[in-house]
Amino acid sequence: MATISESNNSGPRGELGPAASMVMQHYRQQLRTRRIYTAISIVVFLIVLFYSLQFANDANAGKFFERLPYFFDFIRSFVPDSPMEIFRAMFDLPSPYADGSLKYNYTADRHYITDTLYIPNFIYQLVITINIALVSTIIGAALAFLLCFFASTNLVGAGATRFVVRRIMEVMRAFPEIVIAGLLTAILSIGPIAAIIAITVHTIGALGKLFFEVVENSDMKPDEGLRAAGASWVERVRFAIVPQVLPNFVSYTLLRAEINVRASTIIGAVGGGGIGEVFRLAIGRDHAAKTYAIIILLLVSIIIIDQFSAWLRRRLIGHQSFEFGRGAA
Amino acid sequence: MISSVPSINASDRERLRAAHPEVFHRSFLKRYGLLVGSGIVTLYLVVCFFAFNVGPAFMNGQWDRASLYIQDWYSWRAQPRLRFEDNGTVRAQWSSRGQYAQGAEIFWLKPTATGGYTVTYGSDDDRLEVNPSRVDVYVNGTAYPVTITEDAATAPANAPSAIQQDGNKVLVHYGFEGQAEIRTSQVYIQRRFLGWANFLFDTKSDFWGKSWSQLISLATVGERLDPARSNISHMVDDFLGNNVWQHADILWKLMQTLVMAFVGTLLGTIFAFPLAFIAARNITLNRAANWGMKRLFDFLRSVDMLIWALFFTRSFGPGPIPGIAAIFFTDAGALGKVYAEAVENVDDKQREGVKSVGASPVIVNRFGIVPQVLPVFISQSLYFWESNTRSATVIGAVGAGGIGLKLLEAMGTNADWDKVAYMVLLILFVVFLFDNVSNAIRSRLIGGPTH
Repeated sequence: MATISESNNSGPRGELGPAASMVMQHYRQQLRTRRIYTAISIVVFLIVLFYSLQFANDANAGKFFERLPYFFDFIRSFVPDSPMEIFRAMFDLPSPYADGSLKYNYTADRHYITDTLYIPNFIYQLVITINIALVSTIIGAALAFLLCFFASTNLVGAGATRFVVRRIMEVMRAFPEIVIAGLLTAILSIGPIAAIIAITVHTIGALGKLFFEVVENSDMKPDEGLRAAGASWVERVRFAIVPQVLPNFVSYTLLRAEINVRASTIIGAVGGGGIGEVFRLAIGRDHAAKTYAIIILLLVSIIIIDQFSAWLRRRLIGHQSFEFGRGAA
Repeated sequence: MISSVPSINASDRERLRAAHPEVFHRSFLKRYGLLVGSGIVTLYLVVCFFAFNVGPAFMNGQWDRASLYIQDWYSWRAQPRLRFEDNGTVRAQWSSRGQYAQGAEIFWLKPTATGGYTVTYGSDDDRLEVNPSRVDVYVNGTAYPVTITEDAATAPANAPSAIQQDGNKVLVHYGFEGQAEIRTSQVYIQRRFLGWANFLFDTKSDFWGKSWSQLISLATVGERLDPARSNISHMVDDFLGNNVWQHADILWKLMQTLVMAFVGTLLGTIFAFPLAFIAARNITLNRAANWGMKRLFDFLRSVDMLIWALFFTRSFGPGPIPGIAAIFFTDAGALGKVYAEAVENVDDKQREGVKSVGASPVIVNRFGIVPQVLPVFISQSLYFWESNTRSATVIGAVGAGGIGLKLLEAMGTNADWDKVAYMVLLILFVVFLFDNVSNAIRSRLIGGPTH
């Protein structure tokens, strides 16, 4: 042993022997190839990025560098007359700047409950948006729950069933929401129902996929036990699978609820009503105070919902929550 | 017979009850929680049902239109108006979306010797004989003459349910094949066919009306229709320049949407990468810097993508730049948060090893952390890229341009549902393609299961 290591691994003056230097050479060669590949892929990425940016700039109505000074002008001019104006816009209080124009007319949109008590318009719209998100999350999660068991390999032997259910989920997930919303708006006229159905369809697809992955990863021993006792398929699902997967299902659903609040805001801007539409109008008409009021309301409500659902998820399944954020985001 | 049900005596029962109180004395919440929860959820849904006026909205919905729109997805309508001229003839007038070239021979619309037209719906048993003073409606081979005077078109008394009198006009329904509206001055025909009309070439193209075999032979061996260019490039030009379907424009807009998602996610990744190291508590030992960076991420993430999109559309004008900016801002926040968590969960031994041989902090991070977290980072970015391809469509509709705006325009006319279907198919195809590509990359990186 000693002679081999002496003769092969180290030369006379601390240099590498023939075998070791061969290894070293191989290592260097591999490193070089790897570095060349890395460099090539970075260069390719940069070229694609450069051309994509150029493409985007050419396709845009305003060119980036031409518009940049206007951008800062826009920010500078987009300042409310006083900080209190934001507060007044938020709670529909009369403005001292009122000149009869829509810009300062905050009181017109109040939703009166009694003669004196009213709900400020933006808060009313925010409540609509959040309710759209909640309703579509509940319905979507319920339907995804019913579907997911038919898509998992460990519960359904028939490949055809699994294939069909999975493809249905994929199409539901990828189908553009605005098309469903647009079609229903044309049929049912403008209102929250179009938004609810559009978001529900997407939710079924997205949650269905996450759900059946959880089901496939569940422990099959309880199922075997029930099968040995002669339980039917429904009983096996109910008593062996559901108790295991329910915490994960609930936490996914909470995550989806967060995402759906954002989605319902966006769908609202495209014609579903709610705070999204009010926001689009406010920023399009240069109503600075209203815009900031809505941004603050949205920011606060999204942060509250995120924190609340993160807290609930932590209570349900502990620190796994990070893992679950992946697919759904 | 010996009972197979195991029985226990009273003392055993007491012992079990005492040994496992959590099984036999469950709290109220555990026993009835699910029931109460589903009750509350059902109540909430019922309240929402009435608050959102779901019932009336569905009752007042225009469901007849709905079936029309849905049919438009996979079929097309030819809509000529057969006008009664003063000189005793009938003239066919086409809408602006004329699907037939000038003077083309149409198999279901044939002029008669007397100056009228014969319109067939599927078979010869179902047809209209349009003459200036009289329209003979054939339903299942039986003729029902509709008389036309100055004031009204009148259906015969024995007409079947397919022929309906509506005021001074007569409506004829032939199911999917189409319908006709007989008025005093014209007959408004709607004739429906499966498929998309003129999808490849519009009526102005030299290739219009040619069959597949003719097109293939033209493309491969046929003589040049235009001596200046080959038939294939001629076909490509005519296909992209199709005035009705606007292939070039739609593909261009789709490209914009894809660029938005790609560049936005890539910039977000590049931006979030270094900042995640500042936000991670185990790398940067400055609590204020950690906290500030995490709140920055929270802010970027929580301001909705919609807000960023509208904000930048307002300042840069419609187009991909606002879309890129919106996706970049939201993703920088979301990715930064996820990256920072990944860095905080890193295995510390590798860092210590690199540190122990006296490496500088940059080298410690480069060789102690990056190799561990890079696969996670890349797979996260791929997930975001996938979902951004979808959300870029919606962002586009808000004003950032791209295929989303094109979709919204097509839906706004209520007549272009076939084009909507075409764009939806393109989007579905692209999303599936990207899903598979990113799944393949991800499973090579981290070797997980693929679906």
